[in-house]
Amino acid sequence: MSSNAQLGDRKFIIGGFFCLIVLIYICRLFYIQLIDDQYLRSAQNNAFRYQTEYPVRGYVFDRNGKLLVYNSPSYDLMVIPRETKGCDTASVCEVLQITKQEYLRRIKKACQAPNSPRKESVFEKQMSPRTYAALQEKLYRFKGFFVQKRTVRKYPRPIAAHLLGYVGEISKEKAEKSTYYKEGDYIGISGIENSYESVLCGKKGTQIAITDVHNKVIGKYMDGKYDTAAISGKALYCSIDMDLQEYGERLMHGKKGALVAIEPSTGEILCLISSPSYDPNLLVGGKERSRNFTKLYYDTINRPLYNRALTATYPPGSTFKLIDALIAQNDGLISKSTVFPCNNGYPPGGGKPKCHPHGGGKDLIWSVAVSCNSYYSYVFREIVDQRKYPHFIDGYNHWRDMVKTFGPGTSLGTDLPFDKPGNVPSVKYYDKVFGKDHWRSNTIISLGIGQAELLLVPLQMANVATIVANRGYYYVPHSISGVGKPGVLDKRFKEKHYAGVQKQEYYENVIEGMQKCFEGGTASRSKIPDIIACGKTGTAQNPHGADHAEFQAFAPRENPKIVIACIVENAGFGHMWAAPITSLMIEKYLKGTITSPARLEIEKRMLEADFINGKTPIVETK
Amino acid sequence: MARNDKDIFYGVDRVTLLVYILLVVMGWLNIYAAVFDEEHQNIFDTSQKYGKQLIWITGAAIIAFSILVIDANFYTAFAYFFYGFFIIANILVVFLGREVKGSRSWFRFGDFGIQPAEFMKFATNLALAKFLSNQNIVVNQQFRLKLKDLIKNYKNTFIALLFILVPLILIKKLQDETGLAIVFIAFIIVLYREGLSVGFLIFGLLAAVLFVVALVVTNLTGLLITLAVISSASFLFVKRNKKNLILIVLVYLSAAGVVLATNYVYNHLEPHQKVRIDVLLGRGNVNLKKEGYNVNQAKIAIGSGGFFGKGYLQGTQTKYDFVPEQDTDFIFCTVGEEWGFLGSTIVIFLELFLILRVIFLAERQRSDYSRIYGYGVAVVLFFHLAVNIGMTIGLMPVIGIPLPFFSYGGSSLWSFTILLFIFIKLDANRLLILR
Repeated sequence: MSSNAQLGDRKFIIGGFFCLIVLIYICRLFYIQLIDDQYLRSAQNNAFRYQTEYPVRGYVFDRNGKLLVYNSPSYDLMVIPRETKGCDTASVCEVLQITKQEYLRRIKKACQAPNSPRKESVFEKQMSPRTYAALQEKLYRFKGFFVQKRTVRKYPRPIAAHLLGYVGEISKEKAEKSTYYKEGDYIGISGIENSYESVLCGKKGTQIAITDVHNKVIGKYMDGKYDTAAISGKALYCSIDMDLQEYGERLMHGKKGALVAIEPSTGEILCLISSPSYDPNLLVGGKERSRNFTKLYYDTINRPLYNRALTATYPPGSTFKLIDALIAQNDGLISKSTVFPCNNGYPPGGGKPKCHPHGGGKDLIWSVAVSCNSYYSYVFREIVDQRKYPHFIDGYNHWRDMVKTFGPGTSLGTDLPFDKPGNVPSVKYYDKVFGKDHWRSNTIISLGIGQAELLLVPLQMANVATIVANRGYYYVPHSISGVGKPGVLDKRFKEKHYAGVQKQEYYENVIEGMQKCFEGGTASRSKIPDIIACGKTGTAQNPHGADHAEFQAFAPRENPKIVIACIVENAGFGHMWAAPITSLMIEKYLKGTITSPARLEIEKRMLEADFINGKTPIVETK
Repeated sequence: MARNDKDIFYGVDRVTLLVYILLVVMGWLNIYAAVFDEEHQNIFDTSQKYGKQLIWITGAAIIAFSILVIDANFYTAFAYFFYGFFIIANILVVFLGREVKGSRSWFRFGDFGIQPAEFMKFATNLALAKFLSNQNIVVNQQFRLKLKDLIKNYKNTFIALLFILVPLILIKKLQDETGLAIVFIAFIIVLYREGLSVGFLIFGLLAAVLFVVALVVTNLTGLLITLAVISSASFLFVKRNKKNLILIVLVYLSAAGVVLATNYVYNHLEPHQKVRIDVLLGRGNVNLKKEGYNVNQAKIAIGSGGFFGKGYLQGTQTKYDFVPEQDTDFIFCTVGEEWGFLGSTIVIFLELFLILRVIFLAERQRSDYSRIYGYGVAVVLFFHLAVNIGMTIGLMPVIGIPLPFFSYGGSSLWSFTILLFIFIKLDANRLLILR
């Protein structure tokens, strides 16, 4: 008890401490309730109802001003579950053709998190115009329901699905991270819809309504002073030529592969075809969209959603010889007149890589025209093993660095959603595969003819051809030639990029060979009347089956207007499928029509060929 | 005396009783306001929370009467029994209880649930009072470093701390109910009242302050240097002898230890706890749509109340479910919004008045047991008050504990009622028995 007397004073300390804390709290309350008015303003915001006005998404035009993508109105039925009391439920079910159970299920869903019975949520997505018409008459009887107007994409022609991409509902995770998008909003998911989302999407408008305690709208806040109108998305001017794109898709129909065309003087993509493709109108709308998407997604044989032009990597095959020829000339190792022997392969006498019969050893120009494998095996060894470098590893690195200046192994920096670098194998890689010092230029000789681990995406192949056509430079390939209005463009697309070889003479030698390719060389059957075109065939071996047919070409020879890279998967020789298709595309683009009967015959054969559905084409022998 | 034996209200402190009833009724009306919706306007509708709360209140009244009827000796005699019983109940609930929001701390009976951790408070208070009243834990306040003396002096303190720490750790570790567990820390103040050296409290308080400072100040080296300067400077104001030098060095070293440990402790908190601390201190990017949502909405609701409030049932923030948990842990938002500064102050003062009244009553007890128990009641109530209101006005991190007598919930109302009424009964008997 005596201790209690000593400690008695502590009651004042404890009591005082309690009072002090409470005093601090009262001060704080005084501050937030009476002094600081930011909370009051926030509270008012909470009591406002923001009604969203969705903007019209930007239109997309092709390079000639033709409409590629536009919008059509669509109507979502929204519901505020709390306000549905006294609603004519049976009628709602009847109009929407749903059961009572379904109705209750949707209402329940609208009540659960993240939705709330007090807030609007979608009841029926994108009603058909007929349903909407039927509904509108009765809407006044459907308490708690209202219609939200939106737009969906429409495509006048069922083309360029891979390039344009599609629009869909934003994913939950993205919506949570974003300050602009809310769940249920639409966003570009692939293609240019995705890469130019910020331009196309426009800006949502809001109308601020004041609500009372019962969440009923009393009126407009400040007579609409702070309401904002939706701002439509900007128009995009796409660089593709709609007619060319459509023609190309028809030619590529029934074949797996890709075709990319570029205007070399600007880097604009004239067409970007990935085959098989699909009708972009399939991926529009609510229920329809998800059903069609599932169908396309699970077509694992054709993989129509797979963008081959931008994401499939192929060995470039013989088309790669152009780069070898340029590097070797640049290093002073070969000249126009250099001849290397060829007798069915390298080393001569049926070694590997094999070569097809083309009448013995050729000079540089004809080696390009007839695509001699032996020639480029020699060339590759000349480059890698040149005296200048003490060790062949340095030679190899030199070759690799030079190749990369032409684009392979680097991301080009396009405005497309995919920008794969492809692959030019490194020294490190080979050290791992063969062991350090256990490989020589001979071991990797097939790189010289564009085989082995060398991989390019079709867009890169087109870009390599562009460099040749431009005699040494390229613009970063891009699919949009104007944002908002034609010609308004990011400046990175107006900047020239130079390849490692700059001397015009070297390019002319190679180009001469490419012209001969059409005139007595491997693609002579695809010669285009009245047009001097330059091309290079390729036949890429691959682990997936028959060889890929490849072709790179540009025309006309002087001031080229169009560059094309074409790949037809597992179709055999490049000159049989890829070259004719490419030549038809060039003719169509430069002349507008195909007229001569011989050419029309080729066109017919190309259009009819269907590798996918089993109609195997007649394989001719050369 | 014979007449008074039959009157169960004999000796009952009317003031405490009145404040208690006032708080419970005000709480009920505010729960009605918090979950009000037009379709269920009947305040007696038991399908709604306010209807259920009425059932809880009725139950609480029955419990209160029962406590007053039972002989006061019962609570002292069975103190350890209660403690043991609820310790076991708190372990069993982990195996037999229903999982709610990831933790198993509820026994479910149909629509109603009971949380044994709530009842651990009064049981711990009973046991602690019993232990302390039988011991003399006044410690020698001299500065000694001999371990033997240390153990001898502090033996009873350690045992008393065990009484507090066992339920704390049990509830935290097994049931993962941080809010319910952390309340037991309040009992340290009881130990202080009963003689625990003030050094412990000051050290604890300083450590807490340093923890916060170390989290706010990012430049730890600078902080350590500042502390060193302050320590050295303080040497100028005390007697310059060896003892004080050692003391100051020790204080500095432990302060530095706290600062250095801060990051470690912070990094080992659970993510949601980190976020709550970040929200409180305004550290990093707090997203007001997500982790900062509760506190921000709570502040908006309270802050928009103004002086007189928006009027009963007129609060827009609480009505539209802007504030989560507004009927339980965030009930004070409804008060702040609808009753304004005036109402909030009245509620806080009522709670404070009740607490101070309990301290006053505790101090007039003749038995140590009753006094210690009374202090236990006061500190537990105060801890709830301080943390609950502190978090709604952004002065405390969000810890889910109820506002005494106010928040919705049977377990908490019953547990506070039991806690308080045992003391009222002890107080009523203060003149009859010397315990």
